[in-house]
Amino acid sequence: MTHIHSANCQDLKAQLSNFIDGDLDDAVCAEIQRHLADCDNCRVMVDTLKKTIVLYREVPEESVPPDVHARLVKVLDLEAMKKKTD
Amino acid sequence: MKRVSTDNELVRAAQQGDENAFRELVGRYENKVYRLALKMMREPQDAEDVLQETFINVFRHLDSFRGESGFSTWIYRIATNASLMKLRSKRPIASLDEPVDVDEENLPRELMDWSATPEEMLLSHETRTQMDAALARLPETLRAVFVLRDIEGLNVEETARVLEISQANVKTRLHRARLALREALAGYFAEQMPRAGKAVTP
Repeated sequence: MTHIHSANCQDLKAQLSNFIDGDLDDAVCAEIQRHLADCDNCRVMVDTLKKTIVLYREVPEESVPPDVHARLVKVLDLEAMKKKTD
Repeated sequence: MKRVSTDNELVRAAQQGDENAFRELVGRYENKVYRLALKMMREPQDAEDVLQETFINVFRHLDSFRGESGFSTWIYRIATNASLMKLRSKRPIASLDEPVDVDEENLPRELMDWSATPEEMLLSHETRTQMDAALARLPETLRAVFVLRDIEGLNVEETARVLEISQANVKTRLHRARLALREALAGYFAEQMPRAGKAVTP
């Protein structure tokens, strides 16, 4: 476990992902929370990093287009035929 | 009601020559593989190549699959490797060691808070294009971790198994990827709404 000895901005930046993912122990989280209460820049950094992840996660579900699916099936049928004739 | 077969049951049936079982595996995973390939490659034609390559490899090597790591991990690994191989074959030699643009040393003096940006801007086609471009600019090893972990939703352990790297390495790469993407989006939103966002003064 990595600890933040003095919760300055640089230390926090290095631990941001662990903080967001809940990978830090309670004492370190509390220290970060105290820092965030006093540091607008770091608070914005946390909020915008979280938002970045949310935005990428909200990518619409892509389905294989019908023509791409049809070509995949064709390629795999060819493979199956090759295997049978081997 | 017919019970849904597990992946491993379908794999075993396909290994014994059951073509329907193989088709079901394809149906179960083709969207996931295609989405991963699109995020890794960006160009639909390249994504289609990766899709075909992945399932041809699955078909050819299915007999050697022993189920130690789960079919899902196995197919993600094949798809990720196919993407990385294709990216490396297309990459200009000059950018082989292109560093990721992550400013880890200095914090900017002033950060704009775009975390509460209006939804219509966040969901716009232009924003999506910028997001895809930022993802495509990431070095492939960081991109693969970000796509698997943050877009596909694999956990750290699964991502590590797919990429055959340590969990600590997954976390390090993921963090670098996230910071780089945040920087890219921050730059874009700063240009788009210089007065709409709330600048924070230290």
